[in-house]
Amino acid sequence: MNLVFRLAWRNLWRQPRRTWLTTGAMVFSNTLLVFMISLQFGMYGLMIDNTLQAFTGHLQVQAPGFIDDQKMRQTVEGIVPLANELRGEFPDQHVAARANGFALISSAERSYGVAVFGVQPEYEPRVSTLPGLVATGRFLEDNDATEIVIGAALARNLKVGVGDELTLLGSGKDGSFAAAVVNIAGIFDSGIPDFDRSITEIPLGLFQDVFYMNGSGHHIVLNNGGISGVAELKARVEATLPSDQELAVHDWDRLQPGLQQAIKADMSSAFFMYGILVVLVAFSVLNTQLMSVLERTHEFGIVMSLGLTPGRLGRLVLLETAIMGLLGFLLGTFLGGLLTAWLSVNGFAYPGMEEMAVKFNLPARFYPEVSTLSLISGPMVVFLFTIIAALYPALRLHRLHPVEAMRAV
Amino acid sequence: MHMLAILTRLAWRNLWRNHRRTLIMLLAITLGTWAMIFMTALMRGMVSQMVSDGISALPGHVQAHHPDYRDDPSIANLIGVSDTELYERFSTAGFRQWATRVRVPAVITSEYDSRGVTLIGVDPEREDGMTFVDYDAVEGRFLESSDDKGVVIGRKLATTLNTELGKRIVLMSQDPDNEIADRGFRVVGLFTANVMSFEEQYVFAGKTTTQDMLHIDDQVSELVVLGDNYRDVEALYNKTLELIDDGAEVKRWTEIDRFLGTMLGVMDGFVLVWIIVIFLALSFGLVNTLVMAVFERVREIGLMLALGMRPMNILGQIILESLLLLAIGLALGSALAWATVEPIKEGVDISYVGEGMDMWGMSSTLVPELLLSDVVLANVVVLILGFFASLSPAWRAANYEPIEAITKV
Repeated sequence: MNLVFRLAWRNLWRQPRRTWLTTGAMVFSNTLLVFMISLQFGMYGLMIDNTLQAFTGHLQVQAPGFIDDQKMRQTVEGIVPLANELRGEFPDQHVAARANGFALISSAERSYGVAVFGVQPEYEPRVSTLPGLVATGRFLEDNDATEIVIGAALARNLKVGVGDELTLLGSGKDGSFAAAVVNIAGIFDSGIPDFDRSITEIPLGLFQDVFYMNGSGHHIVLNNGGISGVAELKARVEATLPSDQELAVHDWDRLQPGLQQAIKADMSSAFFMYGILVVLVAFSVLNTQLMSVLERTHEFGIVMSLGLTPGRLGRLVLLETAIMGLLGFLLGTFLGGLLTAWLSVNGFAYPGMEEMAVKFNLPARFYPEVSTLSLISGPMVVFLFTIIAALYPALRLHRLHPVEAMRAV
Repeated sequence: MHMLAILTRLAWRNLWRNHRRTLIMLLAITLGTWAMIFMTALMRGMVSQMVSDGISALPGHVQAHHPDYRDDPSIANLIGVSDTELYERFSTAGFRQWATRVRVPAVITSEYDSRGVTLIGVDPEREDGMTFVDYDAVEGRFLESSDDKGVVIGRKLATTLNTELGKRIVLMSQDPDNEIADRGFRVVGLFTANVMSFEEQYVFAGKTTTQDMLHIDDQVSELVVLGDNYRDVEALYNKTLELIDDGAEVKRWTEIDRFLGTMLGVMDGFVLVWIIVIFLALSFGLVNTLVMAVFERVREIGLMLALGMRPMNILGQIILESLLLLAIGLALGSALAWATVEPIKEGVDISYVGEGMDMWGMSSTLVPELLLSDVVLANVVVLILGFFASLSPAWRAANYEPIEAITKV
């Protein structure tokens, strides 16, 4: 083994320039892959977390069909006791109940149609980042107070400030006319005008009262902190739910199908690009190893006639490739890791990212993180393809006839 | 000239001395070129789809509004010039298409539910082809005139509201005095849209009917002008600015939808980066091939030098060899790209990630767009960079000392 390894090592450096060029191709693509994959998966993670933490949560308990139709009548009965029960059952989860409807909201001067959410002031801050965005005033405190929290853009458009009065007009659960007068408790600013203009929150108790909900609501949010373990949690929640009413549990993928699909769409184009890169490297390796085998035909003829089997020679060629691949792997991972590590401190941005960031709940400057997975997954594939590429030259040796080979110049 | 012919011939023959190596390299270049062009065509298709969807999502190419309208899209911010006056100024200006609209936030209510929407009062004849609604594909019918008493809503919205063709709904908004302005409409048409969220967001009614409902006689909220080419709207912009004459704020579509505007630029940058990355991955193999080709011909090159061939000619020959190889690969790759784009030029269905594409602002059919300029760009960039990449091995070959080279084993 030691001997074969030494042979392989020396063979590689018979043509140092060629070896370095081939290794260079691997280092180049590995560096690029490590960097791209760290960036990509880091972004996906942020996209998912930011979107889910903002409002949706990781799991929701709803009436069946509510997710598609979002109708006022599709309610969860006795939503507050049910939320309390879940909270007791899953102490490590953040649980909050909500109800939602639409209303025409009017100040003295203006009216806008907005979505109104009834939330539990005590629990909402743990399942949503919105309460933390309140820039002036405060978030809701009392479950029955006639208060409302609105977005900065809406406040601007309605020409109102904290403490001002607003009128809500909408239709209740039974289709009847629902109206309320509320005072602005706080104004949040998410930085996204469209979001700020369309979402408002009032206490759940008040909501149930105004919209004739009879103690019901529309969904219970569970915030799991992260997306790992959601599937298992979902099964446990389903098992816990009372059997006296029909309820559905949806995970984040079902709640925000666009999210997973946007990632999938982006991933498929990214993987196409990575694939091309890897295949090009493989071609480069194939070319090098084939040449290196062809120019050694004479030499191989001699060692074969001395009794070396084609199989062992093939393994030699594969070993040479593997050493080269390993070199490319280590250098590429190192350089890619270095680049990513540098960016994780200094941040990464490109022109146009700011606009995209707003659209996908991402920060304008991105700090990728170095992880084992992002470090080795790309280079591993490159290494694998390198070995596969060397199979052809290695197997070709089986067709070599010692005598003819020795005659080759 | 004669010399060039000889050199080309030499280069050509040298290329096929080791046909295996040349073929592998050719395969790599072909694949690389194909990937460059194919991928670019897909991305281009995506972006132009995005842009055209985005533009038909109502911004047109150039828009005019009240200066405060974009931050506060309400009834209070109408264009300062009356519709009749606008018509006089614009109808003779020779625009391809232009229209005025009333566009305000509203609440739509059926007997079951209500939603916040954007109500658009349009003049159907002048809007034909300007919005994302294909009149012929509307279930029922689209509006027939400005004073049509019906309303056209999205299919998704109809499901949510539990309403259907022929049923009545109520639209509620405010008039300039902040009195509630509402009116009952009969649903006369259901539209479908490429981008799903449009079906929930927009509601179309006749312009005059809307003006009546909102008590704004002859005023509008926006003026939209459409030109021939979305990339070049400067002339349109200047003309509109001149005609509107301080009555409103005029914006290009790239300013209204900054995400889309920057996407165009990002895309151009991306195409170049992608081409260069692929080239770099290829270049290692290319240089390697040349180095090998030079290396195994050291004696021969020495001989040619000794016989009086000028070093410059050796240099030229090696570079020609490389350029020939690249040219064939490029031609094959470009042809392959064309051949793969051709069968799918009607569009590829990617609806399995439809909602994700929705998030990116794209529709779920991907129509590749093969631009001659991109093909040329890819070819030229590769040839130029290929020239520089082959300089080093060629330079080495040209600078051999004849005697040393001949005696080299």
